[in-house]
Amino acid sequence: MDYINAIVLLLNYIFVPALAYGSQLALGAIFVTLIYGILRFANFATGDMMSFGTMVTILFTWYFQSLGISLGILPTALIAIPFAIIFMVGYMLLIDKFVFKYYRVSKSPPVQLAMVSIGVMFVTQAVVRIIIGPSDRRFFDGEKFLIKAGEFKEMTGLNEGLAIKSTQVITIVVTLILVSALFWFLNKTKTGKSMRAYSDNEDLALLSGIDPKKIVMITWIIAGVLATIGGALYGLDKSFKPFTYFNNMLPIFAAAIVGGIGNPFGAFLGGYVIAFSEILLTYAYKKFFMYLLPESLEPNTLVQLLSTDYKFAVSFSILVIVLLYRPSGIFKGKIL
Amino acid sequence: MRKNLNVIAAYTIMMGLIILVGIFQSWNIALSIFNLCLISAVMTMGANIQWGYAGLINFGIMGYTALGGLAAVLISVDPVQEAWSAGGSNILLSLLLIIGMVLAVRYILKKYEKSKVRTYIIATIIIAGIIIIRFVSEPGIEAIEEVDPAKTGFLGGFGLPIIFSWIVGALFAGGLAFIIGKVALGLRADYLAIATLLISEIVIAIIKHEDWLTRGVKNVIGLKRPAPYEVNLQQTDWFINLVERFNLSKLNLITDLTERQAALNQFVIEGSSIFVKLCYSGLFLIVVIILLILTQKALYSPWGRMMRAIRDNEEAANAMGKNVVKQHLLIFVLGSAIVGIAGAMLVTQDGLFTPGSYRPMRYTFLIWVMVIVGGSGNNFGAILGGFVVWFLWIESAPIGLYLVNLTTAGLADTHFLKVHLIESVPYFRFLMMGIGLLLIMRYRPKGILPEKIEIK
Repeated sequence: MDYINAIVLLLNYIFVPALAYGSQLALGAIFVTLIYGILRFANFATGDMMSFGTMVTILFTWYFQSLGISLGILPTALIAIPFAIIFMVGYMLLIDKFVFKYYRVSKSPPVQLAMVSIGVMFVTQAVVRIIIGPSDRRFFDGEKFLIKAGEFKEMTGLNEGLAIKSTQVITIVVTLILVSALFWFLNKTKTGKSMRAYSDNEDLALLSGIDPKKIVMITWIIAGVLATIGGALYGLDKSFKPFTYFNNMLPIFAAAIVGGIGNPFGAFLGGYVIAFSEILLTYAYKKFFMYLLPESLEPNTLVQLLSTDYKFAVSFSILVIVLLYRPSGIFKGKIL
Repeated sequence: MRKNLNVIAAYTIMMGLIILVGIFQSWNIALSIFNLCLISAVMTMGANIQWGYAGLINFGIMGYTALGGLAAVLISVDPVQEAWSAGGSNILLSLLLIIGMVLAVRYILKKYEKSKVRTYIIATIIIAGIIIIRFVSEPGIEAIEEVDPAKTGFLGGFGLPIIFSWIVGALFAGGLAFIIGKVALGLRADYLAIATLLISEIVIAIIKHEDWLTRGVKNVIGLKRPAPYEVNLQQTDWFINLVERFNLSKLNLITDLTERQAALNQFVIEGSSIFVKLCYSGLFLIVVIILLILTQKALYSPWGRMMRAIRDNEEAANAMGKNVVKQHLLIFVLGSAIVGIAGAMLVTQDGLFTPGSYRPMRYTFLIWVMVIVGGSGNNFGAILGGFVVWFLWIESAPIGLYLVNLTTAGLADTHFLKVHLIESVPYFRFLMMGIGLLLIMRYRPKGILPEKIEIK
């Protein structure tokens, strides 16, 4: 019985939260990696683009709520997301046309594009804060829990409860659907294949008649979808605050690089690597050992490897280690 | 003279703007803008010698600034005796253990050939070391943090004059840059940017949460000052006389004696804070001028030519027998050390150290905007960038308010759009910075004062 309790404990505090957080990171990381692989620059505006998408989602959610539209137990935001995506894609294409295109056409070095993306970051951040303000927003409605801790305890008769929030399930399900659709697109369709060809070798791709304009446009469209959904899922699960989104850019970058930048599948797994290591290393295992060990051996400290204050530091340290020993990432991206 | 006309013109306009603020808003605001402009100028000089001279991207400016600030705390605060007796020995022991660990790893790295066994041994040493250090330091840290947590709860510093911290801040930042440089300089440009950004976040995380060293988010307030205190100034005779002489014409207009005294008191209070700010301006100006002379000399020296050669063509410079790796590391350390000075200056001016206020937007990206806007590779340009951008950063809120009032003049004062826009005026600064950066990068990619290389 104790063993089951210990496992449920880990499931509740580590596995489920990490899976949801990892999915949110993974979507962002695929976004970063696509931009890097096809447009060839590190996009420092990632976090703020995600917060822009989330902001539009929130505005639509409020609008639908005021109309009285709802999905019952599911959050209203789910209907708002498709509309937000349209706005987001429009915004991205606009930015590309007025900002990035010039540097792409004049073949500027990647560093310059990265600097330009900092300008975009400033502007996007300002737009988001001017429209919705810098404060914390919650826009979740519907049923909060799929399984409540108390109900789980009653059902199984265990000491430990397992609480699963509906947002966590939505996050994981949506991520899986989206990512499988994306990989199907990249690997099976003609456009997807030409995107991969363009990312792999630009000159050869151009030579074989691939239209670069179309590739770039589709990249931004996919990026818009990923940014909006990733951002909205994070906001549903936790809450929306522009500053948090800006900060989330850092673990997202870590995930993309750990997974091997330019490699979408690596970025997908990288998100989970970062999320799990952050939570595994900062969890206090005291209760876990209390279930497993006999009473005489019970630990009297928290058995916590690092304090939760260092959550971000964990992912950055992993990144630094990966950069040093395997600059191409765990799952072989471009060798940089 | 003719050649430098644009430099002179740009600086005259800039000073004119600050003087205008002095006339229309207040001299206090103008001087605090000027002081922070000077500090920003030091930071941009640091970033400029890395990016402009050598083409190295350093997005870790925030980390070095914070380390400079930490130096100010560690140098100027008086030591907390009880904390030292409570946990000092544990901390010193852990410090020795860390040094021992590093030496052991170095010894193994030198002594044995690269192999799997060596990697495992090093990993074991590091992991075992960390566990031992945690066991040694934990009780010490707890004891230190329990010493009067509302007021101290940390080890304190050395109780020296705060000016020394400017040098120590440079050493701290340079030391960190040395470690980072050793680790990360081999990476490609945008990887280096991301790596330094993340490392600086780690530095901030440590400063924020190691309360025994920095008091963390509880902040350290009331640091010593290199300048006199306003309260003391208001009671010294020579200062009152000085203020009286300055405002004689205004004071003579008042005939009533008590009123005259009241007016004088008001002038003295205003004058004292301006005087203190002027003291800081003097100190900062000295630093800026010294650094400017040094960096200008370096730029036109053979070393500066070599750096530009390395920046423009690494392979060719390498083929000419220049040690690219070593020079990159050197300039990385030098630039970061300058940023460290600026960090210490900033904390000196504020008189308080708030680890929570270090955010990448303000301390990394804004500095980069300054360098790009001003003109990378040109010291005068970088300093000008510091001035222009900081000026706009502060003054964008009033400008934004003016614009909002102008565009929404037709709306009623209670109209929701107008209220909302006026509430969000502080964020217009981000908009201005972003649009400014994008415009400069597009239409004047070398900055306001572009790099000019004359062979002397």
